[in-house]
Parts: sequence; C-alpha cells; structure tokens
Amino acid sequence: MTDHLVAAEHEDWRLFLRKASANRSFQAGAIITLFIVIMAAVSLVWTPYDVSKLTIPDRLQGPSWAHWFGTDHFGRDIFSMIMEGSRNSIAVALIAVGIGIVIGVPIGCWAAAKRGWIDEVFMRTSDIIFAFPALLSAVMITAIFGPGAVNAIVAIGIFNIPVFARVARGAALSLWPREFILAARAAGKGPARITAEHILPNIANLLLVQGTIQFSLGILAEAGLSYVGLGAQPPATSWGRMLAEAQTMMAIAPQMAIAPGIAIIVTVLGLNLLGDGLRDLLDPKLRRER
Amino acid sequence: MLAYAARRLLIVLVTLLVASVIVFFVLEIVPGDPARLMLGLNATEDAVRALREQMGLNEPVLTRYISWLVGMARGDFGESLTYSVPVTELIADRVVVSLPLALLALGLSTAIAIPVGIFTAARRGTRADTAAMAGTQLGIAIPNFWFALLLVYVFAVTLQWVPAGGFPGWDEGLWPGLRALILPAIALALPQAAILARVARSALLETLAEDYIRTARAKGLPANIVLWRHALRNAMIPVLTILGLQFAFLLAGTIIIENVFFLPGLGQLVFQAINQRDLIVVEGVVVLLVGTVVIVNFLVDLAYAWADPRLRRR
Repeated sequence: MTDHLVAAEHEDWRLFLRKASANRSFQAGAIITLFIVIMAAVSLVWTPYDVSKLTIPDRLQGPSWAHWFGTDHFGRDIFSMIMEGSRNSIAVALIAVGIGIVIGVPIGCWAAAKRGWIDEVFMRTSDIIFAFPALLSAVMITAIFGPGAVNAIVAIGIFNIPVFARVARGAALSLWPREFILAARAAGKGPARITAEHILPNIANLLLVQGTIQFSLGILAEAGLSYVGLGAQPPATSWGRMLAEAQTMMAIAPQMAIAPGIAIIVTVLGLNLLGDGLRDLLDPKLRRER
Repeated sequence: MLAYAARRLLIVLVTLLVASVIVFFVLEIVPGDPARLMLGLNATEDAVRALREQMGLNEPVLTRYISWLVGMARGDFGESLTYSVPVTELIADRVVVSLPLALLALGLSTAIAIPVGIFTAARRGTRADTAAMAGTQLGIAIPNFWFALLLVYVFAVTLQWVPAGGFPGWDEGLWPGLRALILPAIALALPQAAILARVARSALLETLAEDYIRTARAKGLPANIVLWRHALRNAMIPVLTILGLQFAFLLAGTIIIENVFFLPGLGQLVFQAINQRDLIVVEGVVVLLVGTVVIVNFLVDLAYAWADPRLRRR
C-alpha cells in the first residue's frame, strides 16, 4: 500500500488506468455496473411502457420486438418493470452499504486507535452479531417492524456495520505501527486527527473493495426479502416481487421468471467482477476474506 | 489444550448469554400486544387484562427474562401462545425437516466443491480452470430461490420426476421424504458450492506455494503425491472454517427456500410465529440457531487446536 501523498495522486491515476486496461475482470464489471446504473437512471424519466397501466388483452406474451422480455399476467411490459426494479435494488443495497460504512468505519478505526478493552469489547460484540444468521434476522426485523423498502434497508444495513468495522479495524491496526504515523504522533497530532488525515485515506481502497462486495450481497438480500413479501411494497416494482408473482404463474408462463432472475444475476455478477478487479488493481497483496 | 478449551467455552457461554439478552429485548419493543392479538378485535379490556395476567405479561421485564433464561437452561423453551404446546415440541417437529435439508445441502455442496477446488488448483491457469472459475462466479451470483423456481419448472412441472412442493413426513418412509427434499437441497447447495470451491482452490494454491511443498517436489515426488498427501491436508483448514459457517447459514438459509417448496420447516414456523406475535416461539428458534452457530464454530476451533498446537496459545 502506498502512503498517501497528494503530489503523487496524478501519477497514481495514470498507473491505475494503465493497469485497468489490462484487467478484464475490472473492465467487464465496470461496464455491467455502469449499464445497470444508467438503466436505473433512465427509468426515472422514461420506460418503454407505463408499468402502472394494465393492458389485459396484451397479457402473458412471449418476447417480441414490441415487448423485449414479453408481458406479465396484467399485460405490463416486463422490460419496463426490470428497469423500474433496478432502481429499488440499487437504492436499497447502496444505502445499506452506506449505513455499514458510516457507522462501522468509525467504530473500527476507534477500536484500532484505542486498543485495550475497548477493542476487546468491540471484537466480542461483532462476534456475537456474526453469530446471528443474517438472513433470519433480516426477515425477523422486517416482519416485526413492518415490511417495506426502508425496513429492508435497515435490516440489511445492520449486518454491514460489523463487516466494515472489522475491515477498517484490521487495516488500521496494520498502519498504526508504521513510521509515517509515528511521525504524525511526534508532530503532536491526536488519535482522531491521525485517523482522519492518515489512516482513512490509506484504508479507503480496502473499504471500496469491501463496499462493492457488500453491495452485491445487498442486491441478493433485497431480492430475497422482496420475494417473501417483506421488501418493497406495491405499487413499487422490485425484482424479488416480480419473481414471487412469476412463481404463481410458473405452470402457464415460465418466461415471467426468466427476466428478473437474469437481471439479478447480471447485476451481482457485474459487481463481483468489479470488486475482484478493483482488489487486484488497488492492492495485489490483498487477499479475499471468504 | 484443556485450558484452551475452557477459555473458548467461556466465550461461547458469554456469547449465548448476550445473544439471549438481544433477542429478548428486541422482541420486547415489538409493537403489538400478544394478548390483544390472540383475543381479536372485539375483545373487552377486561378480557385482555385477564389474559395478560395469565400469560405473565404483567411481571417486570427482568423477572420474565430471568425465568425465560432459567427455563431454557433446563431445556424448557416455554409454551407457544397460539398452539398451547411446548415450544420445544414445535421446534422438534420442524427440525426433522430443516436439519436433513441443511445436511443434504451441505453434503451436496462439499461433494461438488472439493473436487472442483482440487482440480482447478492442480490445473491453475488452464482453460478448464478459467472456465470452472467463471462457473463459480455465476454460481455465487444466482439467487438460490430463483434457481429453485427453475428446478421446480424443469423437474416437477415439466418432467414430473419429483413433487413441486410440500412434505409427506418421514412416516411415509425414507424415500418419499428424500424426494421432497432433493430439489430444495440442490437449490441451496449450488451457491454454497461455488463459494466453497473458490475457497478450496485458493487455500490449495496457497499451500502449494509453501517451502515444504517445494522440498517435496525437489526430492522427486510425483506431482500427484505432493498434491494429495502433502498439500491437501493443510489446505483443508480454511475449507473447514467455511464449512462450519455454511452449516449454520444453510440451517437459517432454508427460510426462503422452504417458502418456494412449501416445506414445514423452521423457516415456516418463524414466519407464522412472527405474524401471530407468538414471540416466545420466535425467541426459541432464534436462540437455537444462534446457539448452533456458536457451538459449531466452537467445535471447529477445537478441531484446529487439536490439529495445530500453535493455535492453542492465542
């Protein structure tokens, strides 16, 4: 890991771009992710068909030029619904990652800076949280506090907190004995200032990689929660709910299940490839945790 | 070794205790009065008050927590509010579905993942390795409930080899029960196998880069012997960790898959109990699952310490 130097930043970028041009995993991941994000953005202003309008005569059509992925049992255009649904998936997963970073990273950095019993208490607490099966707990939280996108975000976000806290702590611990931190301490900077000015910029890479991984896990978790009816509620469209509706139509219209599934797979695959690529680019020594 | 085990056991107990506090008090702040919910909308205030009294809901929170905890320590998880039967009985009825399902999925995922991991590590960089790794990327990205839907469509709806859902019960014999579990087990196993195969491959590659492997090669041992006899054993440690984690994950992960196949397992029990505000059942299942995770991890830790004395000093 290179120490953070403002003067070298420009050079860093050129090096990054040169390595990126040789990293296929990064390229494929970046293109797919960009595509999904653009699709979600476009759906804010335009979709091929209005998904809130039911046109029963057009129901259960197969793929055609007019309806790329066919239509559902209410005659709605499935491609338009996929576009709408991408927004929900991205929003839920992204905010859940945000919760993990905003709460987890300060906790992890604090534990690394203080060490001693604070660190011990933190580690044991995160052990305990990890002992709760995440999916079961998310189901419990959303079922108890009411289904909906907001509670789904909270349920997924809570389990991102210890993940980011651990990554931040581990990386920060390895930095504290370094010379440049010692120099900062000798210059009279306190732990909070050292963390903000020297630790955080140096662990940002790691957090970015972990963020990508948690993002893809969040997409999967959101899909699962919506599938069992605990995520986004009607009239909002979500990929998981589309699959739940497809299940009831499985015997007569199996094609309804194909598009939402592919959408989830492509998004998760894209994010995972992006994460792998970033990890190789940003730090070749870094190893995946699981 | 004994001191190490005792220290780990203490951590296990503390973890369980804290987990029980979290579960109990989170469910304590749940909106909705169980007594009112049981009696329905038209219940009189007096009836609700009487039922609250009978259910012990008027006791102080701490008293209720302690009596719940003491009960659990004796194997008594309390009585379900909606079914009026002991929670342990309800759980036992459901575990006979969820546990075999989780074990079946774990077996399947191991049987697929380990050979793939060994094969790809031994042929690192070849086209077969690249293809298999691309396959695992895809496997990780596939939502298991979607895969389950496809399996139902192909094998239950179209080919009609297996039932599309439901569970006949083990009384009908072993085969009908297994037939009902095979598709859900495959759906659960696939993403797990993809993760496990990647772990096995990278663990093996790491071991193959060690000095003692170079020594073994230098003294002229055939590549196969080096791989199977020298590298594999050491590479299995991270694989075991993931296996331990996956078992617990599978046990809880059946919650959504059970939904696809209408299986009367633990997941379905939790769903029903949450909807009926039968909190004591929810508490029981969650504590049981957390307990399983903690104990499985404890056993895995002990197995390492037994295999590798260096770890005992930590």
